[in-house]
Amino acid sequence: MRATTLDASAGQTLRQDIGRRMAITVGPILVSLVLAGCVLLAVGVNPVAYYGFVIERGLLSPLGLQQTLTRMAPLLFIAAGLIVAFRAGMWNLGGDGQFLLGAVTAAASAPLLVQVLPGWLALLTAFLMATIVATVWSLVPALLRAYQGVNEIITTLMMSFLGVSLANVLVKLVFLDPGTTVPQTRTLPVADRLPRLFDTTITSGLVFGLVAIVAVHLVMTRTAFGLKLRTVGANPRAAVHAGLSVPLLTVAVFAISAALIGMGGAIDIIGVQGNVRADWNPAYGMAVIPVVFLARMNGFAAIGFVFLLSVLSIGGESAARRLGVPQTFTLVLVSIVLITLAVAEYLDHRYQQARRA
Amino acid sequence: MSGFFSETFLAALLFGAVTAAIPLLLAGLGEQMSEKAGVLNIGIEGMMITGAYLGFVGAYYSGSFWLGFLSGAAGGVAVAALMALLCVRIGLNQIVIGIALTLGFEGLTALLHHFQFSKSYPRLGAVQVTPIPLLESIPIIGPALFRQHLIVYLSIAMVGLMVWIYRRTQLGLNLQAAGDKPAALDVAGIDVIRTRTIAVLFTGGMAGLGGAFLANVGAGLFIPFITNGAGFLGIVLAMLARGRPVWVLAGALIFGVCLSMTTAAQVAGVNIPTDVIQMLPFLAVMAMLVLFGRRASLPAALGIPYERGVR
Repeated sequence: MRATTLDASAGQTLRQDIGRRMAITVGPILVSLVLAGCVLLAVGVNPVAYYGFVIERGLLSPLGLQQTLTRMAPLLFIAAGLIVAFRAGMWNLGGDGQFLLGAVTAAASAPLLVQVLPGWLALLTAFLMATIVATVWSLVPALLRAYQGVNEIITTLMMSFLGVSLANVLVKLVFLDPGTTVPQTRTLPVADRLPRLFDTTITSGLVFGLVAIVAVHLVMTRTAFGLKLRTVGANPRAAVHAGLSVPLLTVAVFAISAALIGMGGAIDIIGVQGNVRADWNPAYGMAVIPVVFLARMNGFAAIGFVFLLSVLSIGGESAARRLGVPQTFTLVLVSIVLITLAVAEYLDHRYQQARRA
Repeated sequence: MSGFFSETFLAALLFGAVTAAIPLLLAGLGEQMSEKAGVLNIGIEGMMITGAYLGFVGAYYSGSFWLGFLSGAAGGVAVAALMALLCVRIGLNQIVIGIALTLGFEGLTALLHHFQFSKSYPRLGAVQVTPIPLLESIPIIGPALFRQHLIVYLSIAMVGLMVWIYRRTQLGLNLQAAGDKPAALDVAGIDVIRTRTIAVLFTGGMAGLGGAFLANVGAGLFIPFITNGAGFLGIVLAMLARGRPVWVLAGALIFGVCLSMTTAAQVAGVNIPTDVIQMLPFLAVMAMLVLFGRRASLPAALGIPYERGVR
């Protein structure tokens, strides 16, 4: 794999190298903010005011900061799921479908389960069911890729479109709350949701998210299983040669990746939302992709970037209301980050080549 | 039930199928050329939505469908130029850039639409059809196939043009080589970068045109995210067609019928939520991939940027 392809090879720990990595990480972010600001200017919105609202709400106000930390919980799970897939060289672009199906499963089961089971067991059961549903949903692309060699980029995308629609159908037809006229699932009472941390409004889901992403990082970098997955990612042919069962590992990668993303959906429901409304699709799956690339698929770095995305997400919602900028602006920003990041990696690669020559 | 299979109903069904198939056909034919030349163009969805937006805006302000199609195609080409610059010229990862372009232009068009029209969705006037004499009077098939906008006939004629290009021209051979063995093309003295750039720009134009058709003729208006994966369906069509333009047409028509049947069923009074209808083309795609996925064949150098002297 060429160096321009955003790979996560662990670099030397020279100070110069760290500085270089900082430059090709912070640089693209700043350039992206400026470019996205130009887009805002073009549609007649003051970018300084927009970013000001984002920082004020997402980072500086106590309530906003707690919301930001709460928003991190599902995003961390998604980032963990994507790290597993990308490190193993597989493109799981079906995050949105897996996330929503996990969320709907949790929302459908948790309110009923709490009536018959003790609180923690009900939440755990709902959480596990969501995980299983998301995993099963990833089986089709996984098997197609593992045993038929069908490109997983396309299949996961297709399954994502299907999953989002299916989640909507389930909410509107199957799990509809008979108690309200609003099309939504039954609501998990606030008292039964995951506890808040200390005296704040921050969900304890944040802790689970942090545990998940650190665990994924350690498994991928410190265990034999992680090494196997990374071998498949780096060179599938070499992996076959080394005696690894690539098809089986492929299925495992998809299962783990989708399971983590499904957990993200579940944690958002049993911790924060309590129900799923019809046509709810936060589309976190796509927004987290650049985060994982910025972090070079490193779990610890990803925590930091998930925090930034979270600030942007919460602050953006507030800025959207105050300045009338639709949330789709986040998509524009995310896309500019992806492009500038890839260009920065390319320039860095060229610079290194020139220095060596 | 007798009305379900009446002549008018079948004609409407077929008419809807053709209308739904044309954007997929255009996207599929466009993507096919990129894939042949070795560029997996995931950004096609972004090109299509840009085409839909600019196509609509062009037609809305000029009052001419043709100017709409033109500006739609131009919009697609503009996005494709960005893709060609980033992925073909400097060789960045095609998947990363493709996703970025899709997300970015979905967001940007939604943003622009919001600031331009706020929450209103103005409609275009009725589509002008060009009936083909004699053929139009065939029962059922006539009104469905031969009373369409001129662009429909042109799109279907594109299939023939593509077959001719791939089979009979130097360009066709160059494209094939750029996807299968770019180094060999380079040795033969043909510029790989240029060949691939042509392919990507063509994809953009076709996708943009398809998007403009989807918005202007198919829907008559622009809604953010209106393409809803049509570009990705085009990629699947190109994958399954294994380089044959006629298969893209066949596949597009199958999807078209699929889409049209559900709309027709809704009109006939069967109560199906729109979400189920939105699922159908993707279900059909997955079924086709499960059945024929093993036989989908892609060029050897697909997705690999070409750099002279690198093995």
